[in-house]
Amino acid sequence: MALPSRKRGRMGILGVYLRKIYTLFKGEVLILPSRIVVFLFFVIVLFLPVVTQDPYLLRILILTSIFAILAASWDLLSGFTGQVNFGHALFFGVGAYTSALLNLHALIPPWGSIPLGAVAAVVAGLIVGIPCLRLRGTYLALTTLAFPIILMGIVFAIPDITGGELGVSGLSRLSNSRLHDYYITVVVMLGLCTIMWKITDSKTGIIFHAIREDELAVRASGINTTRYKLLAFSLSGLFAGISGGLYAHFMRIAGPSTLEVSMSFTVVIWAVFGGIVTIYGPVGAVFILFPLLEFLRFWPEFRMLMFAVVILLILLYMPDGLLPWVRDKIEKECPRCKIRNIATRKACRVCTALLD
Amino acid sequence: MILDIITSGLINGSVYALLAIGFSLIFGAARIVNLAHTAFYMVASYCIYYATHKMGIHPVLAMLVAIILVTLIGLVCYRIFINPIREHEAAVLIATIALAMAMQEIMLLIFTGDFLSVPSLVSGYLKIIGVKIAYQQLLTICVALLILAGVWVLLKKTRLGLAIRSTADDREVANLMGMNESRVAMITMGVSVGLAGFAGAVVVPLTVVNPHMWMHPLIMMLAVVVLGGLGSLKGSFIGAYILGFAESLVVFLIPLGAFLKGSVALCIMILVLVIRPEGLFGVAFEEER
Repeated sequence: MALPSRKRGRMGILGVYLRKIYTLFKGEVLILPSRIVVFLFFVIVLFLPVVTQDPYLLRILILTSIFAILAASWDLLSGFTGQVNFGHALFFGVGAYTSALLNLHALIPPWGSIPLGAVAAVVAGLIVGIPCLRLRGTYLALTTLAFPIILMGIVFAIPDITGGELGVSGLSRLSNSRLHDYYITVVVMLGLCTIMWKITDSKTGIIFHAIREDELAVRASGINTTRYKLLAFSLSGLFAGISGGLYAHFMRIAGPSTLEVSMSFTVVIWAVFGGIVTIYGPVGAVFILFPLLEFLRFWPEFRMLMFAVVILLILLYMPDGLLPWVRDKIEKECPRCKIRNIATRKACRVCTALLD
Repeated sequence: MILDIITSGLINGSVYALLAIGFSLIFGAARIVNLAHTAFYMVASYCIYYATHKMGIHPVLAMLVAIILVTLIGLVCYRIFINPIREHEAAVLIATIALAMAMQEIMLLIFTGDFLSVPSLVSGYLKIIGVKIAYQQLLTICVALLILAGVWVLLKKTRLGLAIRSTADDREVANLMGMNESRVAMITMGVSVGLAGFAGAVVVPLTVVNPHMWMHPLIMMLAVVVLGGLGSLKGSFIGAYILGFAESLVVFLIPLGAFLKGSVALCIMILVLVIRPEGLFGVAFEEER
């Protein structure tokens, strides 16, 4: 393949590479509808400002991206590792408050304060993780619920530092225009979600998965489950902390609302609605539910009621979550080689086994 | 001061015990984590408010009507929303949260977010060493203890109680022994929501009624249940009084205590769990595989 291109010169080499990329693209992306959807999602999100720069729309999408990181980080800890966390607002709140206080008092700009906030959230993850190591299942879920409430009590008890009910306000902006804010959050969101998806696909991710399925068997295979559980807590804290910092700098306020019980519950609602143990499920769910909530603002009295009813109805018919349900409708798994195929195919695209 | 702490601790503890035992029952018998439990308690309070203020029914009668109504609402919600997805634990959690949110929003629509109150059943107060204790407070404590005793009798002395306990112990074996597991779950749901209604009825003259009143009791109830050991009724009972007294001690003794009351109670819970991961009276099960 390289020989004729040498004759044709530089443009030829470029052409070959382009053709190679196109072949790869056709073979890897266009072959499955779910991959096409993910690709279109990337394209639409990245090129939306070319079409419209409506500040209200951009604002909604920025917040959606921030919460998408949060929901995906919940899925990493609770979906994959099975350590059901009902206090995910703790990481979000710690990230938000730390970056807010650092920004306000130590005058650290957002690019420094957000990572430091995330580090603080990692520490919070370890602090929560250590007492939770011995707990499992429902005990764990209900215990983790306690941590953000404890922190909220402390926030209210020292209003001189934390601002009490009003929170810490007057932070510096993420950037100087709405468009830049949009690109920062969206690129960070796409990047972090890809990283999380890669983590769950790696060897570590498989161990996380195994811990959820059968912790005893994992330990019997000579794997230090304690270390991996703590790793899951700190990774989840890291990503949630980043989203908390982004939120604080975008809203320019870090208030007690970031720690509320309803915040923790909302994260769980997003993730379960979209389908846990998928990473793409929670992200998709946030991109459906958050704009829906904004749209329902036209009927302010019925907003939360409609939200609750939508969730109840969807769960009644798709208890495994919305996106896995859709994916199972449009794709079939090959019974022999476990590779996914588009539902219209008769035979598997790799091993040509008949799909039923 | 001491008497104040004791009465408020007893009242908090009794209410938490009523809520936590209802929650434990349905968790034990059907493995449903019903986060809408305290929302039923809120609905019961609103029913009592509506019946006494808008319809002029006698408060005691209003309370009975409210409890029956809430039990019915609970059973209908269970049939429609929870029963079909019982096998999916995560989905049940979200469904019950959504249910609680829906109830909160419906109450907001009907009654607005105003703080409402219901008059006490009995007026007057007892004076002990210069401390006023309203008769209503004493009545609340007595009624709560009576209901708890009633639940104990129901569980230990009747065939229904036996069925509930054995289903909680081992669902499959209970089913094999000829107990209709899904009917037991249904009845337990009724008893559990009824207890939430009772909790609402005994506490409503002492508190303000508003659509967000379910949040704090929910947290405390979960803390109590975890502290006492999931599914253990004795544990829930004792845990409720421990956390109830802890709350009132913090409120009365520490400045800014009202903000910290939840934090301190939850810290106690976490400390106990670090030492005993299965709670005070929980049984350490062999890991289910």
